Amino acid sequence: MHPVRKQRLILVSLMVVLSSAAIGLVAFALRDNINLFYPPADVVAGKAPTDRSIRLGGMVVEGSIERSETDLDTTFWVTDYEASVPVRFSGILPDLFAEGEGVVAEGTLDESGMLLATQVLAKHDENYMPPEVAAALEGKTAPQGQPVLP
Amino acid sequence: MIPELGHVALIIAFVLAIGLAVVPMWGAARRDVAAMNMAPSLAVGVTVFVAVAFALLAVSFLQDDFSVAVVAANSNSLLPPIFKFSALWGNHEGSLLLWVLILSGWMTAVATFSRGLPLVMVARVLSVMGMVAVGFLAFSLLTSNPFERLLPNTPLDGNDLNPLLQDPGLIIHPPLLYMGYVGLSVPFAFAIAALMGGRLDASWARWSRPWTNVAWGFLSLGIMLGSWWAYYELGWGGWWFWDPVENASFMPWLMGTALVHSLAATEKRGVFRSWTVLLAIFAFSLSLLGTFLVRSGVLTSVHAFAADPERGLFILIFLALVVGGSLLLYALRAPSVASRVNYSGVSRESLLMINNLVFTVSTIVVLLGTLFPLIMDAFSLGKYSVGPPYFNAVFVPLMALVMPFMAVGPLSRWREDTTRRWLHELLVPGLGVLVVAIVLAFLGSDDFNLWIALAVLLAGWVALGVVKDLWRRIATGVDGGLTWRRLTPSFLGMTLAHLGFAAVVLGAVVVTQENEERDLRMAVGDVETLGAYRFELMSLGQQAGPNYLADQAVFEVRRDQELIAVLVPEKRRYSASGQIMTEAAIDARLWRDLYIALGEPIGEQAWAVRLQYKPMVRWLWLGALMIGLGALVTAFDRRYRSQRSNVPAAQQGVAAVAG
Repeated sequence: MHPVRKQRLILVSLMVVLSSAAIGLVAFALRDNINLFYPPADVVAGKAPTDRSIRLGGMVVEGSIERSETDLDTTFWVTDYEASVPVRFSGILPDLFAEGEGVVAEGTLDESGMLLATQVLAKHDENYMPPEVAAALEGKTAPQGQPVLP
Repeated sequence: MIPELGHVALIIAFVLAIGLAVVPMWGAARRDVAAMNMAPSLAVGVTVFVAVAFALLAVSFLQDDFSVAVVAANSNSLLPPIFKFSALWGNHEGSLLLWVLILSGWMTAVATFSRGLPLVMVARVLSVMGMVAVGFLAFSLLTSNPFERLLPNTPLDGNDLNPLLQDPGLIIHPPLLYMGYVGLSVPFAFAIAALMGGRLDASWARWSRPWTNVAWGFLSLGIMLGSWWAYYELGWGGWWFWDPVENASFMPWLMGTALVHSLAATEKRGVFRSWTVLLAIFAFSLSLLGTFLVRSGVLTSVHAFAADPERGLFILIFLALVVGGSLLLYALRAPSVASRVNYSGVSRESLLMINNLVFTVSTIVVLLGTLFPLIMDAFSLGKYSVGPPYFNAVFVPLMALVMPFMAVGPLSRWREDTTRRWLHELLVPGLGVLVVAIVLAFLGSDDFNLWIALAVLLAGWVALGVVKDLWRRIATGVDGGLTWRRLTPSFLGMTLAHLGFAAVVLGAVVVTQENEERDLRMAVGDVETLGAYRFELMSLGQQAGPNYLADQAVFEVRRDQELIAVLVPEKRRYSASGQIMTEAAIDARLWRDLYIALGEPIGEQAWAVRLQYKPMVRWLWLGALMIGLGALVTAFDRRYRSQRSNVPAAQQGVAAVAG
């Protein structure tokens, strides 16, 4: 074979091998490591899977945060003003986590419909709202007074 | 009055930039020397007026002129002056102005240091950069005017700078990062200019290379500072989050890494020419994509400012123009500049090609993970997020794959080499590294840690190749003596950067594997032990800062009864915005960090506390520092300096255009 062709052949086969390995890796990694986002209304309606990690976003219901006196367990409710979902988190919450503020919680749902969060993300400045939360709340307005806990 | 002057300066800069984008390019096409000669002056003119606009905005910030919208939204009369200044780029409008300022700074640098280049090349390069400047100045003036006034409803005081950004790290992180981001426009401009002239030869690579190295070096430093800042300022001791915006700066870096290596092959051997051009186009396109991702507000990220979609659309159109235009030009001209140089499968060229393949594939998988949620959302297929597990699963193996070749690269010969020689050079010391790796992995923890063993092996292997090469160069003096003559800046820079890479890998793996972290409730007098360290909460108190009030906890850390450190983490409440901030306390050493952060108060006299022991976390940033400095050092190589008085080359350039 002509040396230039041989060289090209090696190059092309190398690229094919490497990119198929990469695609395999990507497919494998994506399978388990992507999380779907659900607003509380979908979770309450039973649209969210219970066997894998999801992201839940909305506003933290006023007056719903309960902190343990002895350890780091915290429970709170997340609402999109249509439905609310309870969340339990054990650990340190972000600085801007507060009642009446936007939040995204990541974790799995238990049988009772509570989200056992492994991570809680809050917005990072006063004016910023995570786009998913903004979309989940779009068209839904906060009712007068406090959202009622179910 | 001052903001209006700033606005006018920005408009003048815009007009000059249009001139720069059009006149020299026209001159290059018509071979009109006078028109081409205008390029450097126009570039300097743009720089001067952008600098004036920037300075006037800085004055508005320092004088607390709250009638200016960005000042009112991002500063406060209580803010310390240095943060008033850095608040200028702690927001969308101001950071865009910084972007343009740095771009024009690069233009002036090119105009200054390229006097020996063919006139037509200089004209085209500066003109291409002028086009980029036109795009960004238009973006600034049309959608994000930093000088917009709040009249007549001027607020009495400003909203304050986000406390996260009130930090020395933030004073230098964005400028350095932008130096890198924007600096990639220089190799891009060189690539486009070369495509236009149909002249992609070794001298083109030699002109482009120092600029590429310097830009890439700044990008490395900027990313390092961002990681370091996130580590201590976001409060939770993570150093890389695979946050989309981190990825936005990381993708140009990965592409830039491929470009830096491919340029080496193009300069020395004239191979990979069209590929190098393509990489230069992609690297800058990824910079623009990063700007789009950060500035459009499409992402959930700590970097996203509240933004309106109009801006995103503007950058997206600009991005499409740049990528589309340059790829079209590439498609039209690249075949005519393909190289016809041979090299064997066992050679330095092949090793550099492996580097390029791995880094290109890495860029693609990171790009895929970053854009996947956006694509799914755009087609209404659901709202996904792709987290660190994905990136770790795809990225780590790729880096592990490139490292075995990294040790061989510097030792290998151009054109043709033999595996026998490689084995002869590296086999015995390589086995030594293997033994060390296994021993260290047993020592580091109670049981054998495979990942640490692999990291030590790979990092040691890379370091070995570098040291061997260094020795080979030194030990060639007369009569077996030592000589320093062959230690050129470009060689030293490469050595430093490769050692830095090994240090980053080592630090990243060790801190990930051996990190100890505990979240718990602690009251005064409580004691917690982490590894060999005993943390005791001594007291709680309060302290007032210039624009905040802080809750403090005083911790004593002891090891074998000996006092190691007194650490005082804080929880601050900033008075202007009421925002709460965690200020971690860190005892930093070369081999380990001790890290304490306060969560929230629990009950009356206790706090949620995060304690961390992070071995070798410093190696990450030291390594990245070495990479960045190494890249900067290479630009001092003599062969880049001598080109400037290279008159025959200049004549050649004109001839090339004529033909």
